[in-house]
Amino acid sequence: MIQINNISKSFGDRKVLNDVTFTFESGKTNIIIGQSGSGKTALIRCMVGLNEIDSGEVLYDGRSFHTLDFKGKKEIRKEIGMLFQGSALFDSKTVEENVVFPLSMFTDLSEAEKRERANFCLQRVNLPNAGKLYPSELSGGMKKRVAIARAISVQPKYLYCDEPNSGLDPKTSIVIDTLIKEITEEYGITTVVITHDMNSVLEIGDNILFIYNGVKWWEGNHSDILKTTNQELQDFVYATKFMKELKTKF
Amino acid sequence: MNPLFHFGRYVILMKRAFSKPEKSSIYISRIFEEMNILGIGSLGIVAIISVFMGAVITIQSAFNFESPLIPIYAVGVAVRDSMILEFSPAIISLILAGKVGSSIASEIGTMRVTEQIDALEIMGINSAGYLIQPKIIASVLFSPVLIVFSMFLGILGGYVFGLLTGVVTDYEYVYGITYSFRPYNVFYALIKAGVFAFIIASVPAYHGYYTKGGSFEVGRSSTKGVVYSSVLILAFDLILTQLLLA
Repeated sequence: MIQINNISKSFGDRKVLNDVTFTFESGKTNIIIGQSGSGKTALIRCMVGLNEIDSGEVLYDGRSFHTLDFKGKKEIRKEIGMLFQGSALFDSKTVEENVVFPLSMFTDLSEAEKRERANFCLQRVNLPNAGKLYPSELSGGMKKRVAIARAISVQPKYLYCDEPNSGLDPKTSIVIDTLIKEITEEYGITTVVITHDMNSVLEIGDNILFIYNGVKWWEGNHSDILKTTNQELQDFVYATKFMKELKTKF
Repeated sequence: MNPLFHFGRYVILMKRAFSKPEKSSIYISRIFEEMNILGIGSLGIVAIISVFMGAVITIQSAFNFESPLIPIYAVGVAVRDSMILEFSPAIISLILAGKVGSSIASEIGTMRVTEQIDALEIMGINSAGYLIQPKIIASVLFSPVLIVFSMFLGILGGYVFGLLTGVVTDYEYVYGITYSFRPYNVFYALIKAGVFAFIIASVPAYHGYYTKGGSFEVGRSSTKGVVYSSVLILAFDLILTQLLLA
């Protein structure tokens, strides 16, 4: 479980997060939604320590992240997997080397055991024959799946996904969403997903946090969100023609 | 931005880069990889430049030593001292600042803008240590090899072109390069080479590491890395010469 309490963050004079409090439950897919520039990415960058927070605290199963020294933070980070928007695969390494990399850095597994684990993870994301390819030879969806395989290779307790569906076609998006949901439930991971995609929200969102101008504007689950009376959230949820039509039908 | 700000941030980055590695065996293999990329990969350009530098110094020296008071073996002395004292350590380092420095800055800068450095940090890896430390160590360890290689080829180039053009005889050139030789000069050159190698790897790495933006900024970081490391090489050339030879 990850708890964030009263998180605030400014870049210069611009306040991007203002007193945000939320609990991300384990074994659930927790989704952060909001318009572009609302502070979603800033929030998860603060949660993993890529940006320092101005005030507030982030608790990983009760362990306060920001009060820890570099070594203490490093220990928590070893329990974190992250799927970046652009996948962030190491382009000088093959797919298999990318997945093996965190294992080489933090475990004493033999080469054969590491390869076995990497192949298991690649099979889990339905890429059993991609091990020898380089990231430049992969499609966007394949890159995302390799990034998921790399993230789960060290069996993380916490998984962050920054817009996992950006740039993907609807069918591949569903594959990625399903994979995230399955992995979350299978391993009891606390998963935090940032997305703009309402289909993802409705498909996999157990807990939903809506951020508006850096402020927590609404929280609930995927069945509550369609019935919301919150005007800003309605504007976000029913922004597309498809969702507007869906709203009039029901 | 304030030069003091950059200096302070550079010092902090170097402190992080030289903190204890997560896994020494991986860092050691990375050092060998970097030696191959930065060092072995530079042998060709160093060889070409050194041979031609030696040849040009020989011909120019012979052309300028017209006075009968200056013995012709002075051509050999001039080639040897020019190569050992300045051309091999300083000029080759400036060339390497362009070749190796731009490669380091653009590699690390690209990793920054494509979030690969963030990915390392999230994994709990000290990205500065993993990316920068092996490059600096490889560069500092391999640079003396390149510089000695350059000295040898420069003097050899001078010999070959001196004989081919007829400006010096075999005996005079060999006599010149052995005349009043001071081994300390080689030591001085190797000290300079080590310091320059540190600059060549660390300054572009700093600019690459703090790249913000996209491909345009990666290009700018690469240029800055080369320009600042070249200027620092010239400044340290002067400082070290004053300290070690004066």
